[in-house]
Amino acid sequence: MDALKSFIDLFADPRLFFLTTVVALVLIVWKRETFASDRWGWGLMGFLVVFFGFGLFDENFKLIIGKPDNVPIVALIFLLLFFTWFSMREAVRNDRRLSAGEPPIEKDEEDRVWTWPDLVYTELIAMVLCTVILIVWSIGLEAPLEQPANNANTPNPSKAPWYFLGLQEMLVYFDPWLAGVVLPSLIIVGLMAIPYIDNNPKGNGYYTFNERRAEVTIFLFGFVVLWSSLIILGTFLRGPNWNFFGPFEYWDIHKLEALTNVQLSEYIWVRWLGMALPGNWLVREIFGIILTIVYIGVLPVALAKKGLTGYYEKLGPTRYYVTVLLFLSMMSLPVKMLTRWLFNLKYVVSIPEFFFNI
Amino acid sequence: MADTKTIEPKSPALVRAWDWITETQIWTSIFRHSAPINDRNRVLVMLSNVFLHMHPVRLRKSGVRLRYTWCMGGMSFFLFLVLTFTGLLLMFYYRPTLEYAYSDIVGLREHVPLGIMREMHRWGAHAMVITVWLHMFRVFMTGSYKPPREFNWNVGVIMLVLTLLLSFTGYLLPWDQLAIWAITVGSNMARATPFLGHEGPGASLMALGDVQLVHAADDARFALLGGTFVGEGALLRFYVLHCVALPLVIGFLMAVHFWRVRKDGGISGPL
Ligand code: HEM
Repeated sequence: MDALKSFIDLFADPRLFFLTTVVALVLIVWKRETFASDRWGWGLMGFLVVFFGFGLFDENFKLIIGKPDNVPIVALIFLLLFFTWFSMREAVRNDRRLSAGEPPIEKDEEDRVWTWPDLVYTELIAMVLCTVILIVWSIGLEAPLEQPANNANTPNPSKAPWYFLGLQEMLVYFDPWLAGVVLPSLIIVGLMAIPYIDNNPKGNGYYTFNERRAEVTIFLFGFVVLWSSLIILGTFLRGPNWNFFGPFEYWDIHKLEALTNVQLSEYIWVRWLGMALPGNWLVREIFGIILTIVYIGVLPVALAKKGLTGYYEKLGPTRYYVTVLLFLSMMSLPVKMLTRWLFNLKYVVSIPEFFFNI
Repeated sequence: MADTKTIEPKSPALVRAWDWITETQIWTSIFRHSAPINDRNRVLVMLSNVFLHMHPVRLRKSGVRLRYTWCMGGMSFFLFLVLTFTGLLLMFYYRPTLEYAYSDIVGLREHVPLGIMREMHRWGAHAMVITVWLHMFRVFMTGSYKPPREFNWNVGVIMLVLTLLLSFTGYLLPWDQLAIWAITVGSNMARATPFLGHEGPGASLMALGDVQLVHAADDARFALLGGTFVGEGALLRFYVLHCVALPLVIGFLMAVHFWRVRKDGGISGPL
């Protein structure tokens, strides 16, 4: 038992965690015919139940899962997996019909039914169930209340409310102005832009994957892998000093993680060119600045010429550039993660003179 | 056969009482038609009831199926109503000042026998964040944001942000360690707002001659907290936002949202 726990803890590492979620998504999308089977859906749910059931016998696991404010995130894990599976299942079912030349299931259910009783009774049952669940939850679990607020006593770890923990996790890779301000704003802008940049007329009003492959895959990557799984990571696996802890590991305040992150400027000037860092910040950071400009300025244009020409033609210039810029902003997180893990890269551009670090 | 007389058995007392009640002037003044058990009254009930009239009279079969909507939009709305109600009750007890905030919460816990309003409010809020996310998830997976529903998707995105802000502002109110540090961590980000936060890129450019325009006591974070740290000003600000401003805005947007669902042709389906 303990061997199994330490084995799981060994694998619990932000890199492996993230990689696993990405691989899982690739498999879900690629092998969706298999994934969409009922056996897989119930299997996954069963696995989660067993995992959490097993975990509850462990003191450290129980401590973090059982924190009252963390209970909803346990629920989120189940719900998220279930609905990812469920929507893929419905999409696959419809895709089979579509490729056989039949209309989607929703088309067969086009007939109108009476709102009373069909809808109002469903609503009534939903409200009653919702109320019952909420009351049982409220009786069973007391809302937390800690010591009175004290500005002089900082808890370790200090965590934002759970729904912002994905953003807090981004702080490992980006400075606050990006992780806390610019990227969140871009998430909102990006969500709002979706209906205007996606001009694919198909897949309107029914589940499908084949008719909107890129859209669904990108959304799942953003919502399930980046947003949600980082929340789960931030809640359950980040302990004191924002160090990473396995689910069965004791949150040791003294755990040390050697961090020797290096700036891009130091890599280039000092390690490759064997020179001292230039005093002028523009000269010092010129490579990083060029790299950034290439990423957001040149890359989209180059991709329009080669690689994404099809999309460029389908979307037209405005939609294309907005889409690619938003996509590249989203991908800046995994890109920064990878460079950190592979090269210990701290900042691509680092101009502390202006609080400007990328 | 024609002249055989049938004697109706007398109906049970309860049925007679019911019949009598539903014929009184009081009853008929409230319910303008009889029970919706035939098509005519099924139409009438939807048209004459203010709460039901946001629904259409009839809707596509897929629209009532859990398979299609997961009921998540409706659940978000219901949770919002529960939160409004429980929040109102909490407001009777809670005073947003450094002196009372924490002790009022302790009082709620210790002096209200069987009290679960605080729990209902807190767990309901967590649940609403989740249901709103899942609602967005299903709207995306069914492609329901596509024309003509682009605008309604946008109304939804704003409500999503407001839901998170409601939850965030409420988190501070118990005024315990959990509360102020979560808000401290969250609001520290505002310090780094480009140009408008005193530790944000470009803030030093915001100067008139020698006078720095953006500093710790007037930047974006200060505006959010009403101070340079999470203190009395922040508590009052968050309280007003949480109990008045944000609920009003989101309530207003919900009305727009539901109106648009109807005007865009009801729950989406294949064209
Ligand atoms: C405060 C939160 C929200 C509430 C109370 C709410 C409520 C609802 C309800 C009751 C419906 C009817 C169908 C259903 O239940 O699925 C609906 C539909 C819709 N919602 Fe929301 N919603 C909220 C947030 C959002 C968000 C965050 C989005 C998207 C980002 C969104 C986009 C839409 C769209 C596009 C429809 C039309 C879907 C269709 O016709 O199939 N809503 N909403």
